[in-house]
Formats: sequence, structure tokens, C-alpha cells
Amino acid sequence: MIVRSPVPYILILAISGLLAFMPFFASGFQMAFAIGCLNYAVLATAWGLFSGPTRYVSLASVVFFGIGSYTVAVLGEVLPWPVILLISALIGGGVALIVGLATLRLAGIYFVIFTFGLSEMVRQLVTWYEVNVTRSIGRYIFLDITQPQIFWQLLGLLAVVLIGAVALQRSRLGFALRVIGGDETMARHFGLNPTFAKLGLFTASSAIMALAGAIMAPRWTYIDPAIAFNATLSFQVVIMALLGGMHRIYGPLLGAVLMSFLFEALGSQFPQAFSLLLGLVFIVIVYLLPNGIIGRIEELFALKRAVPQSTREGERT
Amino acid sequence: MTISRRGALASIVSIGLAGSLGVNAGYAQDADTPVKIGYAISLSGPNAGGAMTTQVPNYRLWVHEMRERGGILVGDTRRPIEVIEYDDRSNSEEAVRAVERLINQDNVDILLAPWGTAINLAVGPLFDRHGYIHASATAITDRAPDLVQRWPRAFLLSGTAESWAVPVVELLDEARAAGHIGDEVAMVSVADAFGIDLAQAARTAFEDFGFTLTYDQTYPVGTQDFSSILSEVSDTQAFVAFSYPPDTIALTDNAQLRDFNPAVMYVGIGGAFPMFHDRFGDTVDGLLTHGGLNMADERVQGYIALHEEVTGQRPDSAGSIVTYAALQAMEQAIARTGSLNGDVVADEMKTGTFDTVLGEINLGSQMMPNIFKAGQISNGYVVGLGPLGVPGRGEFVVPKPAWPAR
Repeated sequence: MIVRSPVPYILILAISGLLAFMPFFASGFQMAFAIGCLNYAVLATAWGLFSGPTRYVSLASVVFFGIGSYTVAVLGEVLPWPVILLISALIGGGVALIVGLATLRLAGIYFVIFTFGLSEMVRQLVTWYEVNVTRSIGRYIFLDITQPQIFWQLLGLLAVVLIGAVALQRSRLGFALRVIGGDETMARHFGLNPTFAKLGLFTASSAIMALAGAIMAPRWTYIDPAIAFNATLSFQVVIMALLGGMHRIYGPLLGAVLMSFLFEALGSQFPQAFSLLLGLVFIVIVYLLPNGIIGRIEELFALKRAVPQSTREGERT
Repeated sequence: MTISRRGALASIVSIGLAGSLGVNAGYAQDADTPVKIGYAISLSGPNAGGAMTTQVPNYRLWVHEMRERGGILVGDTRRPIEVIEYDDRSNSEEAVRAVERLINQDNVDILLAPWGTAINLAVGPLFDRHGYIHASATAITDRAPDLVQRWPRAFLLSGTAESWAVPVVELLDEARAAGHIGDEVAMVSVADAFGIDLAQAARTAFEDFGFTLTYDQTYPVGTQDFSSILSEVSDTQAFVAFSYPPDTIALTDNAQLRDFNPAVMYVGIGGAFPMFHDRFGDTVDGLLTHGGLNMADERVQGYIALHEEVTGQRPDSAGSIVTYAALQAMEQAIARTGSLNGDVVADEMKTGTFDTVLGEINLGSQMMPNIFKAGQISNGYVVGLGPLGVPGRGEFVVPKPAWPAR
């Protein structure tokens, strides 16, 4: 059933290798667009890494993204860049571990509400600290990190995440996770430890988001809690993953890329009506593509095959 | 697995499309080629209210005035104007992307600044790297003196938080000297950028001037109920609030309801906006707030009349006129130098003198000199009172008139 071919790995490496040449001929705007696109791709893929198999909808993406950005703002001028990245991933993962221990026993809807509350709580905590301790709300980031450098870091991160996701899906842990996502009680009867598996995945996914936040931070010069912990980002990530299809590794990636083009087209052609049109697009996605674009494609294929064979395709390969 | 691979292919094709997004048009300089003026500003989101009061109407007014004269004068040539306007949706990352689009896709000749400290600082490095002039009246940062060194074409017209807080303390000092208040002052501030920075600068200034802060509290963004705060400070004769527009309104409303009537009362951002007067009418006359105009000056009167006539709304009494004066200075520098090159125009802006709605100005410090940063509300506008030494100061009325009965 599981084909262990090296093709996905080679594809990921080859494509990211090709894309790595983009900064040599792309204009500043194309780079800015590509960076935005890659950032969303990393976040949506990391989100799908945890939420895809476990089916927990997390609205806490921005918590970890913001933690990464803040790590850069606080340590940016005192430590070398790779150390900062490492620390931001550690803090993001550490927070996820603590949060996960407390909450991953919660079922479905409670987890969604908790993660949404978490982003507001972290924002208020950072604000409280800045107001009462440092007595200055904004932080300045003056680092000489160019657009191409940000691009390469994000591209590298995305490649690593995708390779990790493919490897995970093929591993015993990946299989266990799919069982847990399907029916947690049954998984327990099989002797699996759902909490441990979910915790590990949540931590990894959060550390990746923190890294993305750290890599992006030098673009803004100035951050404050409202910028770093802007809840809109969490929703955008979920929408992107849903658009692509969260049950496949490449689903969130596809959604992120398509959505970036859509944001760009709406933002440049209809700046006045952006929010209105975006709302309409979301409604269309929910009504017409409940399983995402990939889910839709799979349905079409399943129909074609179903006619001659009249056998039911397995839901997951 | 087949299907997953198709997903990957689709993504690759889409990313590849990024390469076809931009076609660079060459630069042309003849009289028929329009000068492109572009800006990305908050047309939606939490910053939209401020942007649509202080900056956007003045950008439109400026373009309207130049078009009335037949275009923008570059040296001896009048060239038509093309305007490109984007919405940054009050988001730093979106602002960075929109400004990149203006620079690389639209090839604008002149970039105008976005609204607010955070977004201006986010796009500052882009303006600098691509050689554009960055003149903003709505970025208040204590790093302003460093930043103008770092970005030689940046004009952070509003200067530092300290320069906005000290005039308030000076006015309190004046009221104390006249015997209307004692040494005790109560202060509240909103727990966000403007409130925190100004409150911090004010604490130092209060101490320097020998005032005692009997009450010093911050409150979260979005607070609407100030009855507990006001009941704690009900005896105070000097009350200072470094607030944001929604809380400026709520505080004033609460104070009127409770008949909290100190001899001197200062409210923060919003007090100088037309919407504040629309809400309270002349009942707020005598309140101190940010900004201020020299209402006796004919140029200021002319500016207000023109702004109302062209944009259909009144200017605020703080950032509006500063924004417009900086645009006039830039326009004159472009006419004098005959160039749209950022370095050439910025040099002229820093060394020349310009005739603007704020009078003869010089921008050598890369900040706007001689503007009022604290004043007193009277008849829907703010009469400029401080800092001391700014010419054209109005009359300071203490104690504040009592609230009318309601």
C-alpha cells in the first residue's frame, strides 16, 4: 500500500534548488511577493502537519509566529543570527509543549476556542510586560538582512518541512497519527499513546512557525504586540490549508500559493473592495470546496475510476 | 501517491507565474509623460480613521491643487500627474508589499508616506534603499534623531514623544504659576505605543518641573468605562490623559457625566480631530489636547477654507497642516531643482526655505520646526499654545470653563 519511492524527496529538493536562483533575476516586488508566498506556505504546511492528521483546528499559529518575531526583536542586536533562530525555535517549541500538555486532551471545539484565547492572552501578556517593565511598547529591529537572504531562509525551511512531512507520513508515527485522527478511542485500544504523538507534532509544528516569524521579523524594522500577534494571520493560515485540502501534505502549500496570488490580485486591482471580495471568495471555498482543491480533484478521479471498476477507493493512500 | 504529486506540480506552476508578474517600464522624462505619485495607506482596518483624517485628504488636496495649475512643475516643465493608491489594511507586512509594488511594478516617481509610527518604520528602509523621499507627519518615535541620520531622505516631521509630552507639562507649569493648580497631577495613559511613550516622557518632565504624580495608571486599548478611574481622581485640579481617539471620547463623555471638572484637563489623540467637535460641539472648549494652529494667521485660515472646499471635510488641528506644508515644500524643491531624484530634492529640502501654509519653513533638521504640539480647543479647532517659543501662540484660558449642564 505504501510506496517508498524517493521521488517526492527528489522533487522537493530539485524544485527548491531551482527556486533558489530566483533572487538573481527577480525584481524587488517579485521577491516581496515570493517572500509573502513562502511565509504563508511554511505556516500553512506547518499547520497542516499537526492539524491534517489529528484534525485539531488550531487558531494559535500567530502565537508562535509572534514569539519568533519577538525573539528577534529582543535578541537581534546581541546574538549571532543562527543562534537567534535556534532560540526562537526552542522558545516556540517550549511554549507549545507546555500549552500542549495542558490542552491536547481537550476535544475538538474546546481546543479551537482555547487556541484562539491563547493568542489574545499572549498578546496581552507581552503588552503588560512592555508597559510595566520596559515602559516602551515598540521594539526596533535594525538587522542587515536582505530580501534574498530572507527568501533563501524561508525556501530552505519550507524544503526541510516538506521533506520532514513526507518522511513522517511514511513512518510508524505518521500511521499512528492517522489512526488517532480517525478515531482516538480505537487508537488507545490499539495501544497507541495519542497524547504523546499529538504533543510531539504540535511542538514541531509550532517550532517551525516560530522560525518563520523570526525569519520574517527583519522586514518590519518596528514591531509591537499588535503587529506581532495579529490574529488575522491565524485565520488566513486555516483558510489557506482548507482551500488546498488539509488531509494532504501538499494541500496547504497549494492553498497558500493560490491565496497569495488572490490577495495580490485583489489588493492591486480592487484596493477599495478587498475585504468584501475576500469574504465572497471564502464563502465560495466553503460551499464549493469543502475538502479543498485536492479533495475535489480526488473526488473527480474517484468517480472516473468508480465507473468501470465499481470498487471503492480507499480514502487514504 | 499520484495525486500528491499532482498537488506538487500545481504549486510549482503557480510559483513560476510569479516571474511574469512584473514588466519594468523604462523611465521617460518628457513633458507629456505623467509624473507618477503613489502611496499605500490604511484605507481599512484600525488605522483607517486616522489616515482618512490626517493624510489622505491632504494628499488628494495637494494633487487637486497641482492639477488645477496644469500639473506638477519639474524645473520649467509642467507635467501631468498620475496617482496610484493602495490599501495597506493597517498591516505592516501588507504595507511593505504594497510599497514594493509601487516602486518596482508601478515605477512611481514620488512615494507618499503611510499613516502611523509602526507602518512608517516598516516601510522606512524601502523608501531609503530605493532613494525616495519619506516625509511623514504621523510617525512619533524617540528614535527620530537616529533615524534621520540613518535615512538621509526621511523627514520625520513630528519628532520625538518627548517633544509632544514636554509642552503639556509646560502648560501645567504655567497654570501653576498663575495659581490655578498646585503641585499635584493625575495622569492616565493607554497601554499602546503613543500612550506609553508619552506617559514615560511626561513622568520625567513632571519631575523636572517639580510636580508630584498623585495618580499614574495605564488602561488597556478599548477601555470605554472610566468611572472608577475618575472617581479616584475626583479631587484633582490637573488631569492628563495620553489617550487614543475612542478613549478620548469615552473619557470626555464620562467626565461630563460625572461633572469631573479640573482646572486643567488634557486629552490625547482625537481631541484635535473634527469628529471630536462633531461629537461634543462647543462643550469641550477649554480642554487641552495635542496639536494646535495659529488661528490668527491668514495662511492657516486659507488652508482650512481650501481643505473644506476641496475635500468636503475639515482638517484636523494637528497632523493635517504639517502634512500639507511638507508636500508644498517638496513640490517647491522639485520645481527649483528640476529633478525627481530623491537625493537632489532632499538636499534642496534640507537647505532651502519654503513658503508654505505654515509660513516660511526650513527642514534642515529633517523634522518640522515651529509647530504646535499642545493647544486648547476652541470653536472646533485647537489653538496652539506650546511648545513655548513657537510664534503665533494663542491665549491660554485657565481654569477650564465648567462643563455645561446636561
